[in-house]
Amino acid sequence: MNGVRIFFIGGYLAYRALFNWIHWTMYVPTMLGGPIFQILFFAYVGRYAGLQSDEFFLVGNAVAICSLGGIFGMAMTIGGERWTQTLSSILVTPANRLALFLGRALPNIANGVIVSAVGFTVGYVLLDVSLPASAIPGIALIVVVASFSCTAFGTLIGAFGLRGRDIFFFANLMIFVFLLFCGVNVPVDALPTWMQDIGKVLPLTHGIEAAREVADGASLGDVSDLVLTEAGIGFFYAALAYSLLRLFEVDGRRRASFETM
Amino acid sequence: MTHAFRLFWFSWLFNMKNLTTSGFFILNATISPVFFATIAHYMFESGSRPGSLLFASLGAGMMGIWSSVLFGSGGLIQWQRWQGTLEYVIGVPPRLFQVVLPMTIATASIGLYSIASTLLWGWAIFDLPLDFAHPVWFVVALVAAIVSLGLLGLVMSSTFVLMRNANSLSNLLEYPIWLVTGLLISLSLLPGWTRPISYILAPTWGIKGLRDAAMGGNPGPAVAACLVLGLVYLVIGHFTLGYFEVRARRSATLALR
Repeated sequence: MNGVRIFFIGGYLAYRALFNWIHWTMYVPTMLGGPIFQILFFAYVGRYAGLQSDEFFLVGNAVAICSLGGIFGMAMTIGGERWTQTLSSILVTPANRLALFLGRALPNIANGVIVSAVGFTVGYVLLDVSLPASAIPGIALIVVVASFSCTAFGTLIGAFGLRGRDIFFFANLMIFVFLLFCGVNVPVDALPTWMQDIGKVLPLTHGIEAAREVADGASLGDVSDLVLTEAGIGFFYAALAYSLLRLFEVDGRRRASFETM
Repeated sequence: MTHAFRLFWFSWLFNMKNLTTSGFFILNATISPVFFATIAHYMFESGSRPGSLLFASLGAGMMGIWSSVLFGSGGLIQWQRWQGTLEYVIGVPPRLFQVVLPMTIATASIGLYSIASTLLWGWAIFDLPLDFAHPVWFVVALVAAIVSLGLLGLVMSSTFVLMRNANSLSNLLEYPIWLVTGLLISLSLLPGWTRPISYILAPTWGIKGLRDAAMGGNPGPAVAACLVLGLVYLVIGHFTLGYFEVRARRSATLALR
């Protein structure tokens, strides 16, 4: 019961505390406006390149932008505790670590879904796209799974925040890596084999492919393999992130380096 | 005159060094343009525009310059505030305009890394031949683009600071300016109402000058447009920066916002 409380209440309070600077004047341009223009930008580059349809770029980018909340949110969640000197206070408690960190991930997953939903809606209105209404529930589920896997990856980056100084550099870098390797704007089979191989172990790749198939009329059952793979990748990164968080926590205690910036 | 030149040179040099040590700016100026150039290259190759590598490299390089100016100049005064150096910047005998100008030019100048990285990337990975049609004009166009974007940065530095969340404006304006200035597309694809916006933005003419110089064409008009726009930005920036200074001094809010 205490773990459930830490998961929900702790996660909520941590989000409120660490993201108290998120006023709508910051949130709308950064988390909604920028990603919407990303969708439009690549749709127009796609038109110029004569590559695929607007739907290809809308689905690819609208799913991909759910990573912004997951990657930056989790990097900031853990890095923020360190920055505000509250990390030691948290880690000295006997709280269940799984509930502690997963609770902090939940609001970021939800944020990713919101960003993606707004991207889909605005992109649908502004671009030449016709999505069947029957595809929406399937795509929504895929976005939730993709947001989870991205947040898990963000937690992994955040775990390195217990040791490294500039994890935001890597968080920013990973956004570009996702754009290139995960088939967001370039069909995966048009990339060199080594890039395809990297893309296969990253979040988003399978989710985007599944969302595109659903948008083209496939049922959720038809893409279940892709969705499960995306979820599996998310669980793998979540487990790796949790292991590293525990490892760095133990090491941080031993070396008294939690507050060292 | 010597004093003004010395001030400009050392302020520019200091800010260049300062930005070069920032991981964020190195990411924006060197790494992200390479990613965008690669994405554009594969998009063009997979689509109906193979052989557009130089087009993509130059466009992605200019994207890097814009990002540097947007974040570097847009947040310039705010960063001085956070670092506690704004009072010194304003308190020194030279006018604020003379101190800020070389800093904004520096934010555009590290965009040289962007152009260099995307061209070297194309040459090293994809055998992009670097035999430009008009090499001298290419250098002239590059300098004109950097100066005009730096002067646009002067306007941004003095106007963004009047907004409470200037950072969010920077986050917002990266993609739309890439789009509306035609860095990776032809402007003819965009709706007609965007054309005046494109024409008053230096990156539009900067990239046109670079492409005309590198790929064949007449870069003269685009370079001239960069210089004219630069002069307009200079005049606007002079007044907006003066307005900010007077307002901050009168209300005693220099370090507050």
